[in-house]
Amino acid sequence: MNSDAIALDDHSHAPSGVMRWLTSTNHKDIGTLYLCFSLLMFFFAGALAMLIRAELFQPGLQLFQPAVFNQLTTMHGLIMIFGAIMPSLVGFANWQVPLMIGASDMAFPRLNNWSFWLLPAAGILLISTFFVPGGALAGGWTMYPPLFIQGGIAYDIAILAVHILGVSSIMGAINIIVTILNMRAPGMTLMKMPMFVWTWLITAFLLVAVMPVLACAITMLLADRNFGTHFFDAAGGGDPVMFQHLFWFFGHPEVYIMILPAFGIVSTIIPTFARKPLFGYVSMVYAVASIAFLSFIVWAHHMFTTGMPLGGQLFFMYTTMLIAIPTGIKVFNWVATLWRGSISFETPMLFALAFVFLFTIGGFSGLVLSLVPVDIQLQDTYYVVAHFHYVLFSGSAMAIMGGVYYWLPKWTGHLYDERLGKIHFWLTAVAFNITFFPMHFLGLAGMPRRIPDYALQFADFNRIASLGAFLLGASQLLWLYIVIKCVRGGAPAGNQPWDGADTLEWTQTSPPPYHSFVIPPLVK
Amino acid sequence: MIEPKHIDRGVGPYFCAIRSLIALLAGALPASARAEFAVNLPAPASALAQQIFDLHTTILWVCLAILIVVFVPMAIALIRHRRAAGHPAAKFHDNLKVEIAWTLVPVLILIAMAWPATRLVASMKDTSKSDLTIKVTGHQWKWEYEYLGEDIRFISNTSTPTTQIDGGQSKGEHYLLEVDRPLVVPAGQKIRLVLTSSDVIHSWWIPAFGVKQDAIPGFIREAWFTVDKTGTYRGQCAELCGVGHGFMPVVVEVVGDGEFAAWKQQQKALVAAATAGATKTYALAELKALGEKVYGANCAACHQPTGMGIPGAFPALSGSKIATGDRSAHIDRVMNGKANTAMAAFGAQLSDLDLAAVITYERNSWNNATGDLVQPADIAAQRSGSAK
Repeated sequence: MNSDAIALDDHSHAPSGVMRWLTSTNHKDIGTLYLCFSLLMFFFAGALAMLIRAELFQPGLQLFQPAVFNQLTTMHGLIMIFGAIMPSLVGFANWQVPLMIGASDMAFPRLNNWSFWLLPAAGILLISTFFVPGGALAGGWTMYPPLFIQGGIAYDIAILAVHILGVSSIMGAINIIVTILNMRAPGMTLMKMPMFVWTWLITAFLLVAVMPVLACAITMLLADRNFGTHFFDAAGGGDPVMFQHLFWFFGHPEVYIMILPAFGIVSTIIPTFARKPLFGYVSMVYAVASIAFLSFIVWAHHMFTTGMPLGGQLFFMYTTMLIAIPTGIKVFNWVATLWRGSISFETPMLFALAFVFLFTIGGFSGLVLSLVPVDIQLQDTYYVVAHFHYVLFSGSAMAIMGGVYYWLPKWTGHLYDERLGKIHFWLTAVAFNITFFPMHFLGLAGMPRRIPDYALQFADFNRIASLGAFLLGASQLLWLYIVIKCVRGGAPAGNQPWDGADTLEWTQTSPPPYHSFVIPPLVK
Repeated sequence: MIEPKHIDRGVGPYFCAIRSLIALLAGALPASARAEFAVNLPAPASALAQQIFDLHTTILWVCLAILIVVFVPMAIALIRHRRAAGHPAAKFHDNLKVEIAWTLVPVLILIAMAWPATRLVASMKDTSKSDLTIKVTGHQWKWEYEYLGEDIRFISNTSTPTTQIDGGQSKGEHYLLEVDRPLVVPAGQKIRLVLTSSDVIHSWWIPAFGVKQDAIPGFIREAWFTVDKTGTYRGQCAELCGVGHGFMPVVVEVVGDGEFAAWKQQQKALVAAATAGATKTYALAELKALGEKVYGANCAACHQPTGMGIPGAFPALSGSKIATGDRSAHIDRVMNGKANTAMAAFGAQLSDLDLAAVITYERNSWNNATGDLVQPADIAAQRSGSAK
């Protein structure tokens, strides 16, 4: 009966061709746009990383002058965060939130279109800075003044681009909040929502809370650069460290904006392939909420070497250590979900299991870094680079890859190539560790980050890391191939290719009709 | 006195195993001359660094224990509770007691970790009762050291030749970690550093001392260390500070009391010689030869050895209006810098002779052939003029 009603309404109103995508207000089309855009940016920023690792392959300057090298590291970070990870998670939200709560679309479809189409504008602006006089942004993605104030026109363009990205994020977040709070199917109370929806609800609140802070901070930078203000210029009575406080008040919640939806994806995949309900659903929800709350009061742990007063250092050390507790609860719950399940190891599950293990390694290095005295040794070294790639690559990015494999059959109607998927997983997991594990040692031994050239004792681990990085980069081309192959064809997926899945999207056809849940399902 | 501890205590054996494993894995790779597979913090030279080392070792053991507690059950589940092994799925999804336990136990572990860390932070902050205070000023891209109350002040530049960096010459033992004039401090005394910066944020770091402190323009920050063992200790700037960030080493020589007193005398003699030198008049060739060295140490990172700069980021000097135009405008720019750019005010950093030499060099090199000579006296005149 349901499908008849859908079939009746499934005459697409959308124009065809390019205009379908430009004018689309459909959550599935916009979700696809977000995912394609982020995939493109992932490869662009990944290519920058390949260039970084090529320069660092051996001591000495071979390929790039320091000015160019600094542009590569800065743009790699900025584009990966704002262009790849964040938009891909919004893409997941667009596709999955309405499908998982039984809503017909997002609450504000036109706003949704606008949120997406701001992104390419910002992306083009950011990338165009490579071609302006003076080159692209080179002061680090953290944009610390006074260094940031010294830069050329690229810095003003980047401020504009980040503003646009911020506007897009805020609109997207509002859309997600309103959709989740107002458009759930009858019977789906908040505490019956799928975990992925919960994590995105909390993430969206984080976005709304902190993106304006970033906007303020970079506007003050813009004013310092162009209008003679001295917010961050000590010579005019300003304080350079104030920027760091503002930036990290945004920046630390930002870290959780990138990881909480990944938690949601993993919390969806593990019960499916363990064929057992998520252990401790309620404590999982409270853990995510606690992490979100704590993320607002830990920011200055990024600034222990700035020389805060004793009380400040201790406060931020204690709050940072506290984060280990809700994070630990999540890991324990995932393991308990696996316990006495009936586990199978399809590609999404492999990524989710790797996530649990490798993200925990990143959590451990985070715990090491939370201790002020140890942090002072390791701040601004490759140890930190290793740490945040364990939480951002083997955390966010590998959860995203797992999520793509998990939902591709639903999105395309085709099964992906399982054998190639597994090869992609193993290549990625092994290459990732070859690349980033040695960076812990480099940091401990005293190699600073963001340097184009290094002392001789760091040569061997750098060479290993570079080789790993090249393999990691090449492996992602295989992923691209698998995704394209799956989009173009493959064995029919059926409504529910995963027997352990129990969320609402699996009640729909694969791919789902252009307008799904025209009649809301009843959730018991 | 600090009891020297054996640093391979604790996770030592564990690290050794990792080290040999990695060495094995990397066996296929061509080994470079002096590379080593260091996998831990460097050997501590100060009491603070020793305590940091021990704290790090402890937390690593704690992490290892948690790792085992969490992932052994996970491994068992992945092996025994497989569908392929015919394991049926259980239905349970809650257990309040277990959940309370794995919330409270980590709290206790964290409190146990916070206690030693707190004590150590407090002692790192305690800069009182110091024997010697040295003011450290970060400049793009060099360190300036001033011994407060001693009339000793000098700039410490990287001494790795650019030919080693671009591969024209083989790299020396202390590649990128060597300077022309190291910071010299007496062994066994509490050295207090007060740090600031003249341009952007830098960070002064010697891993073996356990000291890393940002140098922030407009603000004074403090750090301290006591090192008993004489020797040379190396580190580098840890905060991204522009194109020269990777080429801003920190080198500290810890010497005995007698040697330190002799060194101080020597520094004072150097100051006297420089003062005498500033009153002399020099020939063009002399100034150019000295100027080229000063240029290499202070200007070439941005304006490039060719004088062509980096288009859009750093202006060319060759053929520039300032370097070929009015002489006193040129002196003014070099001495006072340009606001909101990387062009520093070198008047505060360089001696009159060095300034005269580098300006003469810039006006008579590349495509610039003004034939102008700038003497130390000209600089002194402009200094007193701007002081009015």
